[in-house]
Amino acid sequence: MKIRNVFLAPGAILSIVTMVVPLAIVGIYSLLSRGAYGGVELPWALENYTRLFDPLYALIFLKSVWIAAIATALCLLLGFPLALFIARSGPRKNLWLALVILPFWTSFLIRTYGWMFLLRDTGLINTILIGAGLIREPLPLLYNDGAVILGLVYGYLPFMVLPLYATLERLDARLLEAAADLGARPWESLRRVTLPLCAGGIRAGAILVFVPCLGTYLTSDLLGGSKTVLIGNLVQNQFTASRDWPFGAASSLLLMAVAMLLLMAAKRKGEELL
Amino acid sequence: MDPKRTHDGPVLELRAVSKEFAAHQAVSEVSLEVPRGSFFSLVGPSGCGKTTLLRLIAGFETPTTGEVWLSGQRIDHLPPYQRNVNTVFQSYALFPHLTVAGNVAFGLRGDDTSTRVARALDQLQLTGKESRRPDQLSGGERQRVALARALVMEPELLLLDEPLSALDPLLRKQVRAELRDLQKRVGITFLFVTHDQEEALALSDTIAVMDKSRVEQVGPPREVYCRPRTRFVANFLGPMNWIGNIGVRPESVRLASDGRPAVVTNVVYLGSVMHVEARLETGEGIIAQVAPDQAPEAGMGVHVKWSTEDEVRLP
Repeated sequence: MKIRNVFLAPGAILSIVTMVVPLAIVGIYSLLSRGAYGGVELPWALENYTRLFDPLYALIFLKSVWIAAIATALCLLLGFPLALFIARSGPRKNLWLALVILPFWTSFLIRTYGWMFLLRDTGLINTILIGAGLIREPLPLLYNDGAVILGLVYGYLPFMVLPLYATLERLDARLLEAAADLGARPWESLRRVTLPLCAGGIRAGAILVFVPCLGTYLTSDLLGGSKTVLIGNLVQNQFTASRDWPFGAASSLLLMAVAMLLLMAAKRKGEELL
Repeated sequence: MDPKRTHDGPVLELRAVSKEFAAHQAVSEVSLEVPRGSFFSLVGPSGCGKTTLLRLIAGFETPTTGEVWLSGQRIDHLPPYQRNVNTVFQSYALFPHLTVAGNVAFGLRGDDTSTRVARALDQLQLTGKESRRPDQLSGGERQRVALARALVMEPELLLLDEPLSALDPLLRKQVRAELRDLQKRVGITFLFVTHDQEEALALSDTIAVMDKSRVEQVGPPREVYCRPRTRFVANFLGPMNWIGNIGVRPESVRLASDGRPAVVTNVVYLGSVMHVEARLETGEGIIAQVAPDQAPEAGMGVHVKWSTEDEVRLP
């Protein structure tokens, strides 16, 4: 056996045991019938998939894509100037990068709870606004789509900033001088030189944000309340309250298929994805 | 109004321009006039401030003190995109995401863009390469694209920052001649920055020699070479013998039957000529440049002489 294979083996085995096997199990579950108390039973069935085309579920899927797309767009809008600022801040850049990564030191769950404490009717924001006499009734900040998008943007912004920073930092400053030399104003340089040259970073960041946002379950559960049901919540529900494992399995496979299709669409011919 | 038509003075005028970076004086009190239509070289060792001076003219830096005038208009406060000056960068700085045609068209607006691009590409023998990307071009082609991209803007002044330094030596000499022809053909003033004194002497109408952030001497190549005003200029532009405070270039020193006696210490073969290194009886070394078939051997006694009009006297 080649030495290379020896070092590959642990990772390969881990991947097979934790990825391939469970995926195969999910695939098989999705083709079986629902057991009375959860679990799965024979006979084989395809109706778990046909049910996904029911407008009720199709809408959940569309809404999930929509919310993930908005969150990704907002991350890009907020992340690009931030990444540009960090890339051009000279020796300070390591400090700013550390601050971008700092939130990861705490669990995502706890940070999401933090947002609940800020946004709820008796939370910090409403308390201050009422105390200042600006409003009488608390603003409905929590348990809506806006709160979910806020939570997603907050949570996944670093995944947009880091790849953008990496490409912007590598961008040859002389190209911007050349653009200015040829008469381009700063905005025009940004549009005609900086943006096209960091298209790869934008794509990578968009994928890194969009895919987890599409499958989110925690954020929509905690910040969206019962009003915002996304694919992630649908899947979770099927495995718990609804006890419909085959349909949950089919939903999660569709989610993965959608993510996969988008990844392939984003991959340009002959280019590395990330 | 087009300042080109109304201004008869020098195309570029620097008035006591200084640039200070944190605790480092890059350019000190430089005053220069660049005549319209000329090939003007700024030459000096690396770190002498010549590139900073070029960047001050292009607008990438602002002078700490002093004024920059272009065709009678003060421009030192203007951003690069408002100056009728274009630059050929040392690394060419071509846009990697654009084709050759896209690069050349970058600064143009208006209906005649494609005509002008085609003409510029033709001028630099790039026709047929329009749709290539920079990474599909040779070094010489990239250099010509950089030239085309700047020249197509029809600037009043073209700045060239060591544009030949990235080329291999053989190509360099060829491109050097082409550059000179191009300048004559288009009639645009070239301000050429180089550390290569031979390049500067061969190309220029006027050269300015810089050292340690200052301009030491400005003049036609022949004058600056033969009548250097400082020891730095004398030594930088070519080998110079110093006997006390008298300088004389090796090509002015002859081996003769009379003159000052000397002993040959070494003979260096340089291809078309030879350098005979000898020691005068006063102990000073002297180099005479001779034809290869006239070279003596080391250890031989010779006489060296030169005419007084080839001497320069410098403290």
